[in-house]
Amino acid sequence: MKPLTTEQIRAVIARGKTNDLIFKSLGIFCLALALLVIVALIADMVMKGSERFTVDFFLNFASRRATEAGILSAWVGSLLVMLVTACAAVPLGVAAGLYLEEYAKRNWLTSIIEINITNLAAVPSIVYGLLALGIFVYQFGFGQSILSAGLTLALLILPIIIVSTREAIRAIPAMIREGSMAVGATRWQTCRYHIVPYAMPGILTGVIIGLARAIGETAPIITIGALTFIAFLPPVPLTETGQGTAGLFDWLMSPFTVMPIQIFNWTSRPDPAFEVNAAAAGFVLMAMVLSMNAVAIWLRYRLRKNIKW
Amino acid sequence: MFKPTQIAVALGLAGLFAAGAANAQVIKIDGSSTVYPITEAVAEEFQKAKKNAIKVTVGISGTGGGFKKFCRGETDFSNASRPITAKEMEDCKAAGVQYVEMPVAFDALTIVINPKNTFLKQVTVEEMKKLWEPAAQGTVTKWSQVNPAWPDAPVKLFGAGADSGTFEYFTEAMVGKAKSSRGDYTASEDDNVLVQGVSRDVNAIGYFGYAYYAENTAKLKALPVVSPKTGKAVEPSAANVENGTYQPLSRPIFVYVKAASLDKPEVKEFIEFYMKHGAKLTKEVKYVPLPAAAYTGNLDHVAKKKLGTVFGGKNEIGITIEELMKREAKM
Repeated sequence: MKPLTTEQIRAVIARGKTNDLIFKSLGIFCLALALLVIVALIADMVMKGSERFTVDFFLNFASRRATEAGILSAWVGSLLVMLVTACAAVPLGVAAGLYLEEYAKRNWLTSIIEINITNLAAVPSIVYGLLALGIFVYQFGFGQSILSAGLTLALLILPIIIVSTREAIRAIPAMIREGSMAVGATRWQTCRYHIVPYAMPGILTGVIIGLARAIGETAPIITIGALTFIAFLPPVPLTETGQGTAGLFDWLMSPFTVMPIQIFNWTSRPDPAFEVNAAAAGFVLMAMVLSMNAVAIWLRYRLRKNIKW
Repeated sequence: MFKPTQIAVALGLAGLFAAGAANAQVIKIDGSSTVYPITEAVAEEFQKAKKNAIKVTVGISGTGGGFKKFCRGETDFSNASRPITAKEMEDCKAAGVQYVEMPVAFDALTIVINPKNTFLKQVTVEEMKKLWEPAAQGTVTKWSQVNPAWPDAPVKLFGAGADSGTFEYFTEAMVGKAKSSRGDYTASEDDNVLVQGVSRDVNAIGYFGYAYYAENTAKLKALPVVSPKTGKAVEPSAANVENGTYQPLSRPIFVYVKAASLDKPEVKEFIEFYMKHGAKLTKEVKYVPLPAAAYTGNLDHVAKKKLGTVFGGKNEIGITIEELMKREAKM
């Protein structure tokens, strides 16, 4: 083979550079497209819903009159359901991920469990709704309550949390584990003081992705019996309700509605004035998701600062 | 002896088991999305009138879904856009759930076209059958195929999704058999999608409940339907439903109440409120109210606990308000 001339080498390099440029512009184009979509979406909702961004909108219950209708029961419901979901899914998911990475023996049983967890993440959400209707609503007798909804969504996001926990744990260098063991720490102490804290930023990312998915879910929540019209809030713990003092956890058994259901109801009503409400509520839901993301990013930043390897 | 966390857990469990007491005065309603606007309006006004001392919840799980819950005894009321079916009657009987049937309003299923459409002045049941029957799928694609007098323009169809009571009623009234329809049309459970579709296409035709037409009269034109009984073309309106001439697409809608719930004072109060203000609120949400006698008749049935249905488990096409009233009175 003849060695390439300088001209030829230059040509090869030039071609490579053109390809680079093409790929770079393509990448920027894709990114811009994605950003454009989200900006357009938000702008559209803000413009359509702007006249409803009043204090009353947040403090009023649903109504048949568009201008008087608000999202109080919906945002409170969404918030409480998310609280239950997080309380149930995070400890379970993190513990399961930790066990699979740190404790489980590598055998066929573990492999089957791993494959199934990954598969679970792809199961349509309505299936979780049907499962929860049978188990939580009827079998356990939780009824059509915030508790049932929270646990249903917890099931839904459990695979996401488990998978992201495992990814985060795997990213920790083996020497951390070995170092800890070498100075005589037990497996539990290693997990408690090293693995979990170092994996925390990654785990939090998974939790947020999961919760952001859960807050927008409608199908499973409707299946287990969320309501459309509800003009009262769950009982506040230890306050007078008219039938005696509310218990600490009475709100768990309260009927509820959530934001996506309220939005869906408004978009499907005959009176076009409700589209304004739907747009405004859509923006609020988006803001809820974005602020959840913001909290997670802030926490991740705080936690990363404390990690010193 | 006990750590604070242990005490908190114990308290939490106690709280869980003590729950339920707070739900005593909640009236639970579920069912049809067609009846929902009326019941929602009543519930809203009722709670205002009672200063929120009595709580009312209204869900939308469809007429069939509502009856499933109702026959398990989970709800006090069930909204229904058609009478209870024989199968549902059996389910209720098996669970020991008895009920009082209360017609609350009439709805006029409305066939709509684009306002710019000039060739459609009226339509007969036979023409609609030709257009919508399953055999038309893929073959009837031009207006001229339905009626030679109509232009050689493509047909654009918009209709209710297969899960709705509207779809069931429309197919039974037009094609002759419930749920028997061609499949190649734009189907949506969300009627606003249909409104948008018809308002953007000159050659479009669609159908949905009267309320969606009434809120969008600027974008749509309602098509008069030739009544098979009189042979006259009648357009959908409150007056024509009331005098029974809009046929066969007028349909009564119902609320069923569980007999066992009638012992609860708050449920009785709610029914009284519903029957007293039902007519006014029905008009407000663009449905056709029944004559005053129908509401007092319902109250009478409730007071005397006249259980069961006057339809015998079958849906009926083209029943007029008058016929319904006669049948209710005989009960």
